[in-house]
Amino acid sequence: MQTLTNRAKPVDRRPMTLAERLYVVNIFKGMMITLRHMFKKKATIQYPEQQRPFSPVFRGLHVLNRDEQGRERCTACGLCAVACPAEAITMEAAERKPGEEHLYREEKYAAKYEINMLRCIFCGLCEEACPKDAIYLSETFARSNYKREGLIYKKQDLLIPHPIEQPEEYRKALGNRAKQKQSAN
Amino acid sequence: MNPVLLVIDWAFLLEKAILISVVIGLSLFIAMYETYAERKVAAFMQDRRGPNRAGPFGILQPLADGLKLFFKEEIVPNTANKFLFVLGPSLAMLTAMMTSAVIPWGSSVEVFGRQVNLQIADINIGVLFIFGVVSMGVYGIMIGGWASNNKFSLLAALRGASQVISYELPMGLSLISMLIITGSLKMSVIVGGQVDSIYYVLLNPLGFFIFLVCAFAECNRTPFDLPEAENELNFGYHQEYSSMKLGFYLFAEYINMFISSVVMATLFFGGYDIPFVSDAGLVESIGQNWTALIQCLVLFLKTGFFIFLFMWVRWTIPRFRYDQLMNLGWKVMIPLALVNMVLVSLLVLTGIIG
Ligand code: SF4
Ligand code: SF4
Repeated sequence: MQTLTNRAKPVDRRPMTLAERLYVVNIFKGMMITLRHMFKKKATIQYPEQQRPFSPVFRGLHVLNRDEQGRERCTACGLCAVACPAEAITMEAAERKPGEEHLYREEKYAAKYEINMLRCIFCGLCEEACPKDAIYLSETFARSNYKREGLIYKKQDLLIPHPIEQPEEYRKALGNRAKQKQSAN
Repeated sequence: MNPVLLVIDWAFLLEKAILISVVIGLSLFIAMYETYAERKVAAFMQDRRGPNRAGPFGILQPLADGLKLFFKEEIVPNTANKFLFVLGPSLAMLTAMMTSAVIPWGSSVEVFGRQVNLQIADINIGVLFIFGVVSMGVYGIMIGGWASNNKFSLLAALRGASQVISYELPMGLSLISMLIITGSLKMSVIVGGQVDSIYYVLLNPLGFFIFLVCAFAECNRTPFDLPEAENELNFGYHQEYSSMKLGFYLFAEYINMFISSVVMATLFFGGYDIPFVSDAGLVESIGQNWTALIQCLVLFLKTGFFIFLFMWVRWTIPRFRYDQLMNLGWKVMIPLALVNMVLVSLLVLTGIIG
Protein backbone atom coordinates (compact mmCIF):
# COMPACT_ATOMS: atom_id res chain seq x y z
CA MET A 1 0.00 0.00 0.00
CA GLN A 2 1.14 3.51 -0.73
CA THR A 3 1.85 5.33 2.50
CA LEU A 4 1.55 9.05 2.96
CA THR A 5 4.81 9.39 4.80
CA ASN A 6 7.83 7.16 4.94
CA ARG A 7 7.48 6.90 8.70
CA ALA A 8 4.75 4.27 8.64
CA LYS A 9 5.74 0.94 10.18
CA PRO A 10 3.93 -2.33 9.57
CA VAL A 11 2.48 -3.82 12.75
CA ASP A 12 4.54 -6.68 14.10
CA ARG A 13 2.06 -9.48 14.71
CA ARG A 14 4.47 -12.29 15.48
CA PRO A 15 3.66 -14.10 18.72
CA MET A 16 5.71 -12.88 21.66
CA THR A 17 8.86 -14.75 22.48
CA LEU A 18 9.40 -16.21 25.91
CA ALA A 19 11.61 -13.34 26.95
CA GLU A 20 8.92 -10.89 25.95
CA ARG A 21 6.23 -12.85 27.73
CA LEU A 22 8.25 -12.82 30.93
CA TYR A 23 7.84 -9.01 31.01
CA VAL A 24 10.78 -8.72 33.37
CA VAL A 25 13.40 -8.04 30.71
CA ASN A 26 11.34 -5.37 29.05
CA ILE A 27 10.36 -3.80 32.33
CA PHE A 28 14.03 -3.64 33.23
CA LYS A 29 14.81 -1.97 29.91
CA GLY A 30 12.08 0.57 30.51
CA MET A 31 13.35 1.30 33.98
CA MET A 32 16.81 1.91 32.63
CA ILE A 33 15.36 4.46 30.23
CA THR A 34 13.63 6.35 33.03
CA LEU A 35 16.79 6.16 35.11
CA ARG A 36 18.78 7.69 32.30
CA HIS A 37 16.26 10.50 32.09
CA MET A 38 16.85 11.36 35.73
CA PHE A 39 20.25 12.72 34.84
CA LYS A 40 19.28 14.51 31.66
CA LYS A 41 19.13 18.25 31.36
CA LYS A 42 15.85 19.62 32.60
CA ALA A 43 13.56 21.18 30.05
CA THR A 44 11.96 23.49 32.61
CA ILE A 45 12.30 27.24 32.31
CA GLN A 46 11.97 28.86 35.73
CA TYR A 47 9.57 31.45 34.49
CA PRO A 48 9.62 34.60 36.55
CA GLU A 49 13.39 34.47 37.08
CA GLN A 50 14.28 33.04 33.74
CA GLN A 51 12.66 34.07 30.51
CA ARG A 52 12.93 32.80 27.03
CA PRO A 53 14.24 35.33 24.53
CA PHE A 54 11.47 36.74 22.40
CA SER A 55 11.50 36.43 18.67
CA PRO A 56 12.30 39.79 17.04
CA VAL A 57 8.78 40.01 15.70
CA PHE A 58 7.07 39.25 19.00
CA ARG A 59 3.96 41.35 19.41
CA GLY A 60 3.05 42.08 23.01
CA LEU A 61 1.19 44.83 24.82
CA HIS A 62 0.73 48.18 23.16
CA VAL A 63 2.67 51.29 23.97
CA LEU A 64 1.58 54.82 23.09
CA ASN A 65 4.78 56.55 22.15
CA ARG A 66 6.07 60.03 22.81
CA ASP A 67 8.56 62.01 20.75
CA GLU A 68 12.01 63.08 21.93
CA GLN A 69 10.63 66.05 23.84
CA GLY A 70 8.11 63.92 25.60
CA ARG A 71 5.08 65.01 23.66
CA GLU A 72 2.37 62.48 22.78
CA ARG A 73 2.60 61.57 19.15
CA CYS A 74 -0.97 60.37 18.67
CA THR A 75 -3.20 62.74 16.77
CA ALA A 76 -6.42 60.81 17.23
CA CYS A 77 -6.84 60.22 13.52
CA GLY A 78 -8.59 56.96 14.19
CA LEU A 79 -6.73 55.02 11.54
CA CYS A 80 -5.66 52.42 14.05
CA ALA A 81 -9.25 51.91 15.14
CA VAL A 82 -10.30 51.49 11.52
CA ALA A 83 -7.49 49.07 10.81
CA CYS A 84 -8.15 46.99 13.86
CA PRO A 85 -9.85 43.74 12.82
CA ALA A 86 -10.97 43.04 16.34
CA GLU A 87 -12.40 46.52 16.92
CA ALA A 88 -10.51 46.78 20.14
CA ILE A 89 -9.59 50.46 19.98
CA THR A 90 -11.80 53.40 20.88
CA MET A 91 -10.77 57.00 21.27
CA GLU A 92 -12.09 60.50 21.75
CA ALA A 93 -10.34 63.41 20.11
CA ALA A 94 -9.78 66.84 21.61
CA GLU A 95 -8.22 70.05 20.34
CA ARG A 96 -4.93 71.23 21.73
CA LYS A 97 -5.31 74.49 23.66
CA PRO A 98 -2.63 77.18 23.51
CA GLY A 99 -0.05 76.46 26.17
CA GLU A 100 -0.33 72.68 25.76
CA GLU A 101 2.26 72.44 23.02
CA HIS A 102 4.67 70.73 25.34
CA LEU A 103 2.11 67.95 25.93
CA TYR A 104 0.87 67.11 22.47
CA ARG A 105 2.78 67.21 19.23
CA GLU A 106 -0.18 67.75 16.90
CA GLU A 107 -3.08 70.19 17.11
CA LYS A 108 -5.47 67.37 17.75
CA TYR A 109 -4.87 64.76 20.34
CA ALA A 110 -6.57 61.75 21.93
CA ALA A 111 -8.29 62.81 25.11
CA LYS A 112 -9.37 59.24 25.67
CA TYR A 113 -7.69 56.23 24.20
CA GLU A 114 -8.68 52.71 25.16
CA ILE A 115 -7.63 49.31 23.95
CA ASN A 116 -9.65 46.34 25.08
CA MET A 117 -6.98 43.71 25.65
CA LEU A 118 -9.61 41.01 25.79
CA ARG A 119 -10.63 41.75 22.23
CA CYS A 120 -7.22 42.48 20.84
CA ILE A 121 -5.63 39.67 18.85
CA PHE A 122 -2.18 41.28 18.84
CA CYS A 123 -2.05 41.35 15.07
CA GLY A 124 -0.11 44.59 14.95
CA LEU A 125 -2.22 46.18 12.25
CA CYS A 126 -2.73 49.27 14.41
CA GLU A 127 1.00 49.75 14.46
CA GLU A 128 1.17 49.51 10.69
CA ALA A 129 -1.75 51.84 10.16
CA CYS A 130 -0.47 54.63 12.37
CA PRO A 131 0.85 57.58 10.32
CA LYS A 132 2.51 59.16 13.34
CA ASP A 133 4.43 56.16 14.69
CA ALA A 134 2.41 56.67 17.83
CA ILE A 135 1.50 53.10 18.67
CA TYR A 136 3.81 50.15 19.11
CA LEU A 137 3.46 46.62 20.20
CA SER A 138 6.07 46.10 22.88
CA GLU A 139 7.59 42.96 24.36
CA THR A 140 5.50 42.75 27.50
CA PHE A 141 2.79 40.19 28.15
CA ALA A 142 -0.81 40.94 28.81
CA ARG A 143 -1.04 41.02 32.56
CA SER A 144 -3.67 38.97 34.31
CA ASN A 145 -6.50 40.61 36.17
CA TYR A 146 -9.37 39.67 38.41
CA LYS A 147 -11.87 41.84 36.54
CA ARG A 148 -12.68 42.33 32.88
CA GLU A 149 -12.60 46.10 33.34
CA GLY A 150 -9.01 45.83 34.42
CA LEU A 151 -8.06 44.55 31.00
CA ILE A 152 -9.49 47.52 29.16
CA TYR A 153 -6.35 49.59 29.09
CA LYS A 154 -6.78 53.35 29.42
CA LYS A 155 -4.47 55.97 28.04
CA GLN A 156 -2.44 56.22 31.22
CA ASP A 157 -1.84 52.46 31.09
CA LEU A 158 -0.63 52.62 27.53
CA LEU A 159 1.36 55.83 27.50
CA ILE A 160 5.09 55.39 27.60
CA PRO A 161 6.98 57.14 30.48
CA HIS A 162 8.34 60.61 29.77
CA PRO A 163 11.71 60.29 27.97
CA ILE A 164 13.27 63.29 29.74
CA GLU A 165 11.74 63.01 33.18
CA GLN A 166 11.99 59.22 33.43
CA PRO A 167 14.65 58.19 30.92
CA GLU A 168 15.28 54.80 32.56
CA GLU A 169 11.67 53.70 32.42
CA TYR A 170 11.27 55.15 28.96
CA ARG A 171 14.08 53.06 27.54
CA LYS A 172 12.77 49.96 29.22
CA ALA A 173 9.23 50.46 27.97
CA LEU A 174 10.41 51.20 24.46
CA GLY A 175 11.78 47.70 24.07
CA ASN A 176 13.82 46.31 21.21
CA ARG A 177 11.01 46.35 18.75
CA ALA A 178 10.46 50.09 18.74
CA LYS A 179 14.20 50.67 18.67
CA GLN A 180 14.59 48.45 15.64
CA LYS A 181 11.83 50.30 13.90
CA GLN A 182 13.31 53.69 14.76
CA SER A 183 16.71 52.75 13.46
CA ALA A 184 15.11 51.42 10.28
CA ASN A 185 13.29 54.68 9.69
CA MET B 1 2.96 -16.18 90.75
CA ASN B 2 5.58 -13.93 92.11
CA PRO B 3 3.75 -10.79 93.36
CA VAL B 4 6.56 -8.59 92.09
CA LEU B 5 5.62 -9.50 88.54
CA LEU B 6 2.09 -8.25 89.12
CA VAL B 7 3.29 -4.75 89.84
CA ILE B 8 3.19 -2.77 86.66
CA ASP B 9 6.63 -2.09 85.31
CA TRP B 10 6.31 1.67 84.77
CA ALA B 11 9.68 2.04 83.18
CA PHE B 12 8.76 -0.62 80.68
CA LEU B 13 5.48 1.11 79.85
CA LEU B 14 7.18 4.44 79.48
CA GLU B 15 9.86 2.98 77.28
CA LYS B 16 7.30 1.39 74.97
CA ALA B 17 5.14 4.51 74.90
CA ILE B 18 8.10 6.61 73.84
CA LEU B 19 9.09 4.06 71.25
CA ILE B 20 5.56 3.93 69.84
CA SER B 21 5.27 7.70 69.57
CA VAL B 22 8.67 7.94 67.94
CA VAL B 23 7.83 5.25 65.41
CA ILE B 24 4.45 6.79 64.62
CA GLY B 25 5.92 10.24 64.31
CA LEU B 26 8.66 8.89 62.12
CA SER B 27 6.25 7.01 59.88
CA LEU B 28 4.16 10.14 59.42
CA PHE B 29 7.20 12.24 58.75
CA ILE B 30 8.54 9.78 56.22
CA ALA B 31 5.15 9.46 54.54
CA MET B 32 5.08 13.23 54.28
CA TYR B 33 8.43 13.37 52.60
CA GLU B 34 7.58 10.41 50.42
CA THR B 35 4.98 12.59 48.73
CA TYR B 36 7.69 15.12 48.11
CA ALA B 37 10.12 12.49 46.89
CA GLU B 38 7.48 11.01 44.65
CA ARG B 39 6.91 14.32 42.96
CA LYS B 40 10.60 14.94 42.63
CA VAL B 41 11.33 11.49 41.21
CA ALA B 42 8.43 11.79 38.80
CA ALA B 43 9.64 15.19 37.71
CA PHE B 44 13.23 14.10 37.23
CA MET B 45 12.20 11.09 35.20
CA GLN B 46 10.17 13.37 32.98
CA ASP B 47 12.98 15.90 32.61
CA ARG B 48 11.25 18.39 34.86
CA ARG B 49 12.29 19.93 38.16
CA GLY B 50 9.40 19.14 40.45
CA PRO B 51 8.26 21.29 43.36
CA ASN B 52 10.93 23.87 44.16
CA ARG B 53 9.10 26.99 45.32
CA ALA B 54 8.13 26.28 48.93
CA GLY B 55 11.37 26.62 50.85
CA PRO B 56 14.81 25.74 49.50
CA PHE B 57 14.43 22.98 46.88
CA GLY B 58 10.75 22.93 47.77
CA ILE B 59 11.29 20.97 50.96
CA LEU B 60 8.36 22.71 52.62
CA GLN B 61 6.05 21.50 49.89
CA PRO B 62 4.56 18.61 51.93
CA LEU B 63 3.66 21.07 54.69
CA ALA B 64 1.93 23.29 52.17
CA ASP B 65 0.09 20.29 50.74
CA GLY B 66 -1.00 19.17 54.18
CA LEU B 67 -2.15 22.66 55.07
CA LYS B 68 -4.13 22.80 51.88
CA LEU B 69 -5.82 19.51 52.63
CA PHE B 70 -6.75 20.72 56.11
CA PHE B 71 -8.34 23.88 54.80
CA LYS B 72 -10.39 22.16 52.12
CA GLU B 73 -14.10 21.80 52.65
CA GLU B 74 -15.11 18.61 54.36
CA ILE B 75 -17.83 17.12 52.19
CA VAL B 76 -19.88 14.10 53.20
CA PRO B 77 -22.22 13.16 50.35
CA ASN B 78 -25.82 12.99 51.55
CA THR B 79 -26.37 9.53 50.13
CA ALA B 80 -23.39 8.08 51.95
CA ASN B 81 -23.47 6.06 55.11
CA LYS B 82 -21.90 8.62 57.42
CA PHE B 83 -20.39 6.27 59.94
CA LEU B 84 -18.79 3.98 57.40
CA PHE B 85 -17.73 6.96 55.34
CA VAL B 86 -15.59 8.20 58.19
CA LEU B 87 -14.54 4.71 59.23
CA GLY B 88 -13.02 3.93 55.82
CA PRO B 89 -10.06 6.33 55.86
CA SER B 90 -9.56 5.86 59.59
CA LEU B 91 -9.23 2.12 59.11
CA ALA B 92 -6.85 2.58 56.20
CA MET B 93 -4.68 4.80 58.36
CA LEU B 94 -4.92 2.52 61.40
CA THR B 95 -3.86 -0.62 59.60
CA ALA B 96 -1.09 1.24 57.87
CA MET B 97 0.31 2.40 61.21
CA MET B 98 -0.09 -0.89 63.04
CA THR B 99 2.40 -2.94 61.07
CA SER B 100 5.32 -0.92 62.32
CA ALA B 101 4.85 -2.47 65.78
CA VAL B 102 6.82 -5.65 65.07
CA ILE B 103 9.66 -4.22 63.02
CA PRO B 104 13.05 -4.28 64.73
CA TRP B 105 14.49 -0.83 64.06
CA GLY B 106 17.86 -1.62 65.56
CA SER B 107 19.34 -4.03 68.06
CA SER B 108 19.07 -2.29 71.42
CA VAL B 109 20.21 0.83 73.20
CA GLU B 110 21.25 1.39 76.77
CA VAL B 111 19.39 4.19 78.55
CA PHE B 112 20.04 4.80 82.28
CA GLY B 113 21.38 1.31 82.64
CA ARG B 114 18.38 -0.29 81.00
CA GLN B 115 18.55 -2.39 77.87
CA VAL B 116 15.89 -0.96 75.56
CA ASN B 117 14.95 -3.11 72.62
CA LEU B 118 14.33 -1.04 69.51
CA GLN B 119 11.27 -3.04 68.63
CA ILE B 120 7.84 -2.24 69.97
CA ALA B 121 6.66 -5.83 70.28
CA ASP B 122 8.83 -8.84 69.62
CA ILE B 123 5.96 -11.27 69.28
CA ASN B 124 6.60 -14.81 68.18
CA ILE B 125 4.25 -14.52 65.18
CA GLY B 126 5.78 -11.31 63.85
CA VAL B 127 5.54 -12.11 60.17
CA LEU B 128 2.01 -13.42 60.53
CA PHE B 129 1.04 -10.25 62.37
CA ILE B 130 2.26 -8.09 59.52
CA PHE B 131 0.48 -10.30 57.08
CA GLY B 132 -2.77 -10.15 59.00
CA VAL B 133 -2.72 -6.40 59.48
CA VAL B 134 -1.79 -5.71 55.89
CA SER B 135 -4.70 -7.77 54.65
CA MET B 136 -6.95 -5.74 56.96
CA GLY B 137 -5.93 -2.72 54.94
CA VAL B 138 -8.28 -3.72 52.17
CA TYR B 139 -11.20 -3.05 54.53
CA GLY B 140 -10.35 0.63 54.38
CA ILE B 141 -10.76 0.54 50.63
CA MET B 142 -13.82 -1.70 50.75
CA ILE B 143 -15.64 0.31 53.39
CA GLY B 144 -14.72 3.61 51.78
CA GLY B 145 -15.88 2.43 48.38
CA TRP B 146 -19.10 1.00 49.73
CA ALA B 147 -19.96 3.94 51.96
CA SER B 148 -19.49 6.44 49.15
CA ASN B 149 -22.64 4.99 47.55
CA ASN B 150 -21.28 5.52 44.09
CA LYS B 151 -20.92 2.90 41.42
CA PHE B 152 -17.38 3.85 40.48
CA SER B 153 -16.21 3.69 44.06
CA LEU B 154 -17.94 0.37 44.56
CA LEU B 155 -16.34 -1.04 41.44
CA ALA B 156 -12.98 0.18 42.64
CA ALA B 157 -13.52 -1.38 46.04
CA LEU B 158 -14.37 -4.69 44.41
CA ARG B 159 -11.28 -4.52 42.28
CA GLY B 160 -9.15 -3.62 45.26
CA ALA B 161 -10.47 -6.51 47.32
CA SER B 162 -10.03 -9.11 44.60
CA GLN B 163 -6.57 -7.80 43.78
CA VAL B 164 -5.36 -7.88 47.35
CA ILE B 165 -6.74 -11.38 47.88
CA SER B 166 -5.19 -12.69 44.69
CA TYR B 167 -1.79 -11.32 45.47
CA GLU B 168 -1.83 -12.28 49.10
CA LEU B 169 -1.62 -15.93 48.10
CA PRO B 170 1.70 -15.79 46.25
CA MET B 171 2.99 -13.41 48.89
CA GLY B 172 2.15 -15.92 51.59
CA LEU B 173 3.70 -18.73 49.60
CA SER B 174 6.91 -16.80 49.09
CA LEU B 175 6.91 -16.09 52.81
CA ILE B 176 6.57 -19.80 53.53
CA SER B 177 9.70 -20.45 51.49
CA MET B 178 11.38 -17.80 53.62
CA LEU B 179 10.20 -19.35 56.83
CA ILE B 180 11.53 -22.74 55.76
CA ILE B 181 14.94 -21.14 55.73
CA THR B 182 14.61 -19.12 58.93
CA GLY B 183 12.61 -21.63 60.91
CA SER B 184 10.96 -18.86 62.88
CA LEU B 185 8.22 -16.26 62.53
CA LYS B 186 9.89 -13.94 65.00
CA MET B 187 11.21 -10.82 63.36
CA SER B 188 14.18 -10.56 65.68
CA VAL B 189 15.22 -14.13 64.88
CA ILE B 190 14.86 -13.51 61.14
CA VAL B 191 17.11 -10.47 61.35
CA GLY B 192 19.46 -12.22 63.74
CA GLY B 193 19.88 -15.05 61.27
CA GLN B 194 21.08 -12.58 58.67
CA VAL B 195 23.35 -10.58 60.91
CA ASP B 196 25.87 -13.37 61.14
CA SER B 197 25.41 -15.07 57.76
CA ILE B 198 24.45 -13.90 54.30
CA TYR B 199 21.22 -12.11 53.48
CA TYR B 200 18.24 -14.25 52.63
CA VAL B 201 17.80 -12.57 49.29
CA LEU B 202 20.82 -14.55 48.10
CA LEU B 203 19.36 -17.80 49.34
CA ASN B 204 15.90 -17.14 48.02
CA PRO B 205 16.03 -14.64 45.14
CA LEU B 206 12.89 -15.87 43.44
CA GLY B 207 11.02 -15.64 46.71
CA PHE B 208 12.17 -12.07 47.10
CA PHE B 209 11.07 -11.21 43.59
CA ILE B 210 7.61 -12.65 44.14
CA PHE B 211 7.38 -10.83 47.46
CA LEU B 212 8.40 -7.58 45.78
CA VAL B 213 5.78 -7.83 43.06
CA CYS B 214 3.11 -8.74 45.57
CA ALA B 215 4.13 -5.85 47.79
CA PHE B 216 3.51 -3.53 44.86
CA ALA B 217 0.10 -5.08 44.44
CA GLU B 218 -0.71 -4.88 48.15
CA CYS B 219 0.16 -1.21 48.30
CA ASN B 220 -2.05 -0.49 45.28
CA ARG B 221 0.83 1.16 43.51
CA THR B 222 1.28 1.36 39.77
CA PRO B 223 1.33 -1.00 37.82
CA PHE B 224 -1.27 -2.45 40.16
CA ASP B 225 -3.18 0.69 41.05
CA LEU B 226 -6.46 -0.54 39.61
CA PRO B 227 -8.57 0.51 42.61
CA GLU B 228 -7.84 4.14 41.88
CA ALA B 229 -7.48 4.01 38.12
CA GLU B 230 -8.25 7.62 37.51
CA ASN B 231 -9.06 7.40 33.82
CA GLU B 232 -11.51 4.54 34.07
CA LEU B 233 -12.93 4.90 37.56
CA ASN B 234 -12.69 8.61 38.40
CA PHE B 235 -10.19 8.01 41.18
CA GLY B 236 -11.93 4.90 42.37
CA TYR B 237 -12.64 4.43 46.02
CA HIS B 238 -11.68 7.92 47.13
CA GLN B 239 -13.71 9.75 44.55
CA GLU B 240 -16.23 11.12 47.05
CA TYR B 241 -13.62 12.01 49.61
CA SER B 242 -12.33 15.49 50.21
CA SER B 243 -10.16 17.36 52.66
CA MET B 244 -8.22 15.39 55.25
CA LYS B 245 -10.24 12.22 54.73
CA LEU B 246 -8.75 12.04 51.28
CA GLY B 247 -5.46 12.98 52.86
CA PHE B 248 -5.76 9.96 55.16
CA TYR B 249 -6.17 7.63 52.22
CA LEU B 250 -3.21 9.11 50.40
CA PHE B 251 -1.15 9.09 53.57
CA ALA B 252 -2.08 5.50 54.27
CA GLU B 253 -0.80 4.57 50.84
CA TYR B 254 2.54 6.21 51.53
CA ILE B 255 2.84 4.70 54.98
CA ASN B 256 2.04 1.30 53.49
CA MET B 257 4.79 1.87 51.00
CA PHE B 258 7.20 2.76 53.76
CA ILE B 259 6.24 -0.24 55.87
CA SER B 260 6.45 -2.71 53.03
CA SER B 261 9.86 -1.32 52.16
CA VAL B 262 10.94 -1.84 55.74
CA VAL B 263 9.52 -5.34 55.74
CA MET B 264 11.35 -6.20 52.55
CA ALA B 265 14.56 -4.80 53.91
CA THR B 266 14.06 -6.73 57.14
CA LEU B 267 13.09 -10.07 55.68
CA PHE B 268 15.43 -10.22 52.72
CA PHE B 269 18.15 -7.63 53.14
CA GLY B 270 19.24 -8.18 56.70
CA GLY B 271 17.15 -5.52 58.40
CA TYR B 272 19.33 -3.30 60.55
CA ASP B 273 22.47 -5.33 59.88
CA ILE B 274 25.36 -3.17 58.73
CA PRO B 275 26.75 -4.84 55.61
CA PHE B 276 30.42 -5.90 55.49
CA VAL B 277 30.89 -5.02 59.16
CA SER B 278 30.70 -7.28 62.16
CA ASP B 279 28.06 -5.72 64.39
CA ALA B 280 29.35 -7.37 67.52
CA GLY B 281 32.80 -5.96 66.87
CA LEU B 282 31.32 -2.51 66.36
CA VAL B 283 29.54 -2.66 69.70
CA GLU B 284 32.88 -3.27 71.38
CA SER B 285 34.70 -0.47 69.58
CA ILE B 286 32.18 2.41 69.59
CA GLY B 287 29.60 1.36 72.17
CA GLN B 288 26.11 0.05 71.94
CA ASN B 289 24.15 3.24 71.45
CA TRP B 290 26.22 4.41 68.53
CA THR B 291 25.96 1.01 66.92
CA ALA B 292 22.19 1.11 67.31
CA LEU B 293 22.11 4.52 65.68
CA ILE B 294 24.15 3.37 62.73
CA GLN B 295 22.02 0.26 62.45
CA CYS B 296 18.92 2.42 62.35
CA LEU B 297 20.41 4.57 59.64
CA VAL B 298 21.40 1.52 57.63
CA LEU B 299 17.87 0.18 57.86
CA PHE B 300 16.53 3.50 56.65
CA LEU B 301 19.00 3.51 53.80
CA LYS B 302 17.83 0.10 52.68
CA THR B 303 14.25 1.22 53.09
CA GLY B 304 14.95 4.35 51.10
CA PHE B 305 16.22 2.27 48.25
CA PHE B 306 13.01 0.25 48.16
CA ILE B 307 10.90 3.38 48.36
CA PHE B 308 12.81 4.71 45.40
CA LEU B 309 12.19 1.42 43.61
CA PHE B 310 8.46 1.82 44.23
CA MET B 311 8.53 5.26 42.67
CA TRP B 312 10.82 4.26 39.88
CA VAL B 313 8.49 1.47 38.82
CA ARG B 314 5.48 3.72 39.18
CA TRP B 315 6.80 6.28 36.76
CA THR B 316 8.00 3.70 34.26
CA ILE B 317 5.34 1.07 33.82
CA PRO B 318 1.78 1.63 32.70
CA ARG B 319 -1.12 0.11 34.57
CA PHE B 320 -2.15 -3.49 33.93
CA ARG B 321 -5.49 -4.29 32.46
CA TYR B 322 -7.73 -6.08 34.90
CA ASP B 323 -7.60 -9.47 33.17
CA GLN B 324 -3.82 -9.19 32.82
CA LEU B 325 -3.61 -8.50 36.51
CA MET B 326 -5.64 -11.56 37.39
CA ASN B 327 -3.78 -13.74 34.90
CA LEU B 328 -0.48 -12.66 36.33
CA GLY B 329 -1.65 -13.26 39.86
CA TRP B 330 -3.26 -16.64 39.50
CA LYS B 331 -1.53 -18.20 36.51
CA VAL B 332 2.00 -16.95 36.95
CA MET B 333 2.68 -15.80 40.47
CA ILE B 334 1.03 -18.61 42.40
CA PRO B 335 2.59 -21.47 40.40
CA LEU B 336 5.92 -19.69 40.53
CA ALA B 337 5.65 -19.27 44.28
CA LEU B 338 4.71 -22.93 44.69
CA VAL B 339 7.66 -24.09 42.58
CA ASN B 340 9.93 -21.81 44.56
CA MET B 341 8.61 -23.21 47.80
CA VAL B 342 9.29 -26.79 46.74
CA LEU B 343 12.72 -25.83 45.45
CA VAL B 344 13.71 -24.11 48.68
CA SER B 345 12.41 -26.99 50.76
CA LEU B 346 14.47 -29.43 48.72
CA LEU B 347 17.57 -27.31 49.10
CA VAL B 348 17.04 -27.02 52.82
CA LEU B 349 16.35 -30.73 53.16
CA THR B 350 19.50 -31.67 51.30
CA GLY B 351 21.35 -29.24 53.51
CA ILE B 352 22.64 -27.01 50.71
CA ILE B 353 21.22 -23.87 52.32
CA GLY B 354 19.69 -22.95 55.62
S1 SF4 C 1 -2.96 44.64 17.60
FE1 SF4 C 1 -4.53 44.26 16.06
S2 SF4 C 1 -6.28 43.65 17.29
FE2 SF4 C 1 -4.87 44.60 18.69
S3 SF4 C 1 -5.50 46.69 18.80
FE3 SF4 C 1 -3.94 46.58 17.20
S4 SF4 C 1 -5.05 46.27 15.34
FE4 SF4 C 1 -6.45 45.82 16.98
S1 SF4 D 1 -2.37 55.89 17.40
FE1 SF4 D 1 -1.76 56.53 15.36
S2 SF4 D 1 -3.36 55.76 14.03
FE2 SF4 D 1 -4.16 55.67 16.10
S3 SF4 D 1 -5.23 57.56 16.36
FE3 SF4 D 1 -3.21 57.91 17.12
S4 SF4 D 1 -2.09 58.73 15.40
FE4 SF4 D 1 -3.94 57.83 14.55
